Amino acid sequence: MRRSAGLLLLLLPLAALVALPHVLPRFHTYVAAIVLLTALLATSLNLAIGYTGLYQFGHAVFYGVGAYGTALMLTRSGMPAPVAFLVGPLAAAALSLVMGLICIRLSKLYFGMLQISLGSLVWAVVYRWYSFTGGDDGIHGIPLPDAIASPKGSYYFTLAVTALCVFAMHRIVRSPFGKVIQGIRDNPVRAAAIGVDVRLHQLASLVIAGFFGGVAGSLFVVVENSVFPDMMFWTFSLEVLIMCLLGGMYTYFGPLVGASLIVLLRVFASVHTQYWGLILGTILTLVIIFLPDGVLGLFARRSLTKEDRGA
Amino acid sequence: MDFAANLFSTGTLSQILVGLSRTTILFIVSSGMSLILGVLRIPNVAHGSLYMIGAFVAWTVIQFLGGGLFAFLAALVVAPLIVAAVGFVLERGFFSYLYEREHLMLLLLTFSFALILGDLVKIVWGPEYRSVTVPAFFQGSAEIFGLPLPWYNLFLLIVGPCIAVFLWLVINKTNLGKIARAAAVDGEMVGAVGINVGWIFAFTFVLGSFLAGLGGALIAPMVNISLGMDHSLIMEAFLIVIIGGLGNMWGALLGSLIFGLTQSLGILVWPQFGIAFPYLAVVAVLVVRPRGLLRSTW
Repeated sequence: MRRSAGLLLLLLPLAALVALPHVLPRFHTYVAAIVLLTALLATSLNLAIGYTGLYQFGHAVFYGVGAYGTALMLTRSGMPAPVAFLVGPLAAAALSLVMGLICIRLSKLYFGMLQISLGSLVWAVVYRWYSFTGGDDGIHGIPLPDAIASPKGSYYFTLAVTALCVFAMHRIVRSPFGKVIQGIRDNPVRAAAIGVDVRLHQLASLVIAGFFGGVAGSLFVVVENSVFPDMMFWTFSLEVLIMCLLGGMYTYFGPLVGASLIVLLRVFASVHTQYWGLILGTILTLVIIFLPDGVLGLFARRSLTKEDRGA
Repeated sequence: MDFAANLFSTGTLSQILVGLSRTTILFIVSSGMSLILGVLRIPNVAHGSLYMIGAFVAWTVIQFLGGGLFAFLAALVVAPLIVAAVGFVLERGFFSYLYEREHLMLLLLTFSFALILGDLVKIVWGPEYRSVTVPAFFQGSAEIFGLPLPWYNLFLLIVGPCIAVFLWLVINKTNLGKIARAAAVDGEMVGAVGINVGWIFAFTFVLGSFLAGLGGALIAPMVNISLGMDHSLIMEAFLIVIIGGLGNMWGALLGSLIFGLTQSLGILVWPQFGIAFPYLAVVAVLVVRPRGLLRSTW
């Protein structure tokens, strides 16, 4: 009974999203695609920060590397497009593994700062390597396969991939592995005491989060047709963190909601004002003071405990 | 001199001196941040905004007084004081209620203040670049080992150690400093012996903000004062504090030296990727010493 209701709750928005490009004008379809891929990005970050409890402060780097990996493959290699779309996320996952190996020994704030530092290193290289990455101009006019080059095509591609990834991550979170990382988040010492390899699980979670962050970056290439170094700057990492916080870090769909809210707000605020920082800062301040569990956290707290009791 | 000329090219030596004057600014700003981190346990992202406000206020003061040495010195006093006042409002208005929150929340809260302050600066001063000319008194260069070094850089090289000594005296020789250090270790216990910890925290935050403002005022003649100068600095200050050891003032000095020198020498070694070297140094330090070079107060 509960399962079918949940399925309906999932299928209805999905159906609405499929119908979207037929109803909305072109610009709004584009915005919807950005919302989707940003939601995927925030959800992937939440895997590391909400579910594993690691201070992932440099998540935008994996997003950026995924995007650059795909963009560079599409523009510079003769490889077919599907390879390019695999290389981006895999590069992000590989970077995530390397950075994870360096950072994992540190805890909390130190972990986050070392990650930001490594991320800034990547950013600095991308920002200055004009001959390869296009430097601070980025790469524009990336050639795409015809099927996903049109606005509608890119939207449906984004929707399909996002839905698939969000579903996959949901399965991961619900799997025994997902339970173990949540156990580590709640009490690493106890988890280690019952024989869990804490570092290994944390590392795996980082790599998974990096991979899906990279997927979001590849989708950005499809929707935007360009990449630029600012998408991996640390301020954007914190902005994605804000999305997670706004939606609710300890809920699965919270970051999705938070990302949608922030992206939509940003698009519609930019029409009326140039003071986006003021708006975002004020919202964030209010959320931290009054809604530390996020928007969904408010509703989810009760149902979550009920669910856990049932399980 | 020949020996020195052989060992170092003149470029290297002058680059080191430039790096050292940059170190001064980094030290002044990051020591303030370190102080706040050490005593209040707040990773204050808005520290960079305070530094930016310091630079803009210094510009306004110099503009208002019509330039010259006196106007510049007045700016060096007024700008940090105004920034300290902003810090006081932030601490008493917001942070004092939120000390128990976890660090992640505090970091994001200060980030939101950074966003707000950034836009407020845009509203007050507009989006244009501002620049302050070096007062006539500091123009021209001194000769050091036969190399020209701008007087202003020399001035910074003198100011830096003075601030370090001043901070050392405040923290180690005054009652206030001793109480603040005690509060950093165990705030509750300090409160239990009848000391108003809240005001100690406020004092620390105000002192830290003062230093941020001073850093901003001191850098004003050297760079274009612009929006966004907070973003580039704050990350550097954070990393300096981290590699030095959280809350350790001498660590902030050491970190600033590493950062300033790798930055200026990196540009010499490999101009294109010069900006990557400090980050590389930070990674190297943290891989070898994960908790920073010197003992942290955490």
